[in-house]
Amino acid sequence: MSRRVVVTGMGVISPNGIGVSAFLNAIQNGVSGIKFIPLYEELKFSCQVAGKPDFVLEDLKTKNYISEVTFHGLKGTNIGYGLMAALDAWADAGNTYDTEETRWETGCIFGNSVSDTEAMKNVITRVDNKEVKKLGSRVVEQAMNSGVTSYVSGRLGLGNKVITNSAACATGTQAILMGYEAIKDGYAKRMLVGSSEYVDTYVFGSFDSMRVLSRKFNDQPEKASRPMSLTAGGFVPGSGAAALVLEDLEFALARGAKIYAEVLGGNTNSGGQRAGGSMTAANPKGVIRCIEESIANAKINPNDIDLISGHLTATNADMQEIQNWCQALGRSGAGFPVMNSLKSMIGHCLSAAGSIESVASILQIVHGFVHPNINMDDPNPQISDYISMNCLPTTMLKKDINIVAKANFGFGDVNSCLIFSKFNPNDTTRNFN
Amino acid sequence: MTRQEILTELKKVLSPYTLEKEALANIDESTNLITDLKINSANLVDIIIDAESKYNIEIDYDAADKMVNVGGCIDVIEEKTNQQI
Repeated sequence: MSRRVVVTGMGVISPNGIGVSAFLNAIQNGVSGIKFIPLYEELKFSCQVAGKPDFVLEDLKTKNYISEVTFHGLKGTNIGYGLMAALDAWADAGNTYDTEETRWETGCIFGNSVSDTEAMKNVITRVDNKEVKKLGSRVVEQAMNSGVTSYVSGRLGLGNKVITNSAACATGTQAILMGYEAIKDGYAKRMLVGSSEYVDTYVFGSFDSMRVLSRKFNDQPEKASRPMSLTAGGFVPGSGAAALVLEDLEFALARGAKIYAEVLGGNTNSGGQRAGGSMTAANPKGVIRCIEESIANAKINPNDIDLISGHLTATNADMQEIQNWCQALGRSGAGFPVMNSLKSMIGHCLSAAGSIESVASILQIVHGFVHPNINMDDPNPQISDYISMNCLPTTMLKKDINIVAKANFGFGDVNSCLIFSKFNPNDTTRNFN
Repeated sequence: MTRQEILTELKKVLSPYTLEKEALANIDESTNLITDLKINSANLVDIIIDAESKYNIEIDYDAADKMVNVGGCIDVIEEKTNQQI
């Protein structure tokens, strides 16, 4: 029997706000988290701006997230982001950290691109300097790709599926989908899911070299991330993390949990790098299929979608994405849903994008608003060939949001889409069995 | 350095690796690092690295095997620091 899955906790480390209430305030007010990074100018990067959370690693120790012994030797910023977001979500769901017993009913699916290049840099430097003996015991756990899930599951004693996933920019949405499936199919009662990304200098430099980053707004960092605008000239890399506590509905109701929203379904696939798809570009057929199958999986009608939280990174793929949504939903012009791109405020947080944008999606359901698309003061006129400009609000819109479609598309031609809904305990419109 | 002086300094080396602060304050030569101070056995290598750097000595694999209790740690540090003189 298929189970209903609800969201009962959220945590977020975003370039424009740490913690759910700061983040909510930022996205309602169109606050940019993009800053000029002097080091990038020094390193002769074309793009010298980035989305960086105002994050202090020591908070993990001083605010009692982890013990001082665990903190001693923890260097990885990516692990820090993921751990804090996950533990915040866990606490937000009304749970305590400490447990003597393993929590067999709860698992963790958390994704990242790389575990931590800073940790790897330390390894490389030490080994090259013939100082391998000085590396110590804490390096492997921070260099391994499953670093975040290991720290999270260890802190909370999680004993169900513990999986680290990686699918480039589709990682976050994919992690949430996999956690949803584990509960829906009855394997787990509760899953702590999400993703994190720390874009360090070396990862940033690699993207810079591809000439896919924004480079004309280094002197106006807040204007640099401009999805769907005529002057969109590449994306702005961002860092951060977000996490959700997903829970079997009955399990959540039995413990009196507050319920933010319901996950109705989703899909993840690949365009196979065929028919226009490649390592770096999405096969439109794969994207359309992913959205269509998400809608079918969620047992909704395309017309039920009130809001699209797009991938929309501010490259020339934006126009293709809009066409793909039109085709997948069979909606266009003024009949197209409202759509926004959180990346206009925080840049593209790569593996963390899907989870941070999912938290934004759920907040828009809970608080009844559509966050603005900032920096769309010069919208690409091609947009009106497909949809009405009114579908892309540039200031916050107060609106009742029942269903959100959230999608991300990543390198390797990988797609992921989720359907979130306002929680209705008496929902009889869908057959949940 | 006397054994007591080494013991006092050793407390500082061990401190980041144990949450058993009271047990640490009261250590003597028989205190076991893993069972009494609840130090993760994987962290023994970090304690060795910190001790090497603090006393400017080198602790080889065989010597490291003796560092399971405080007395053993003091034996090794005493021996290695004496070798330097």
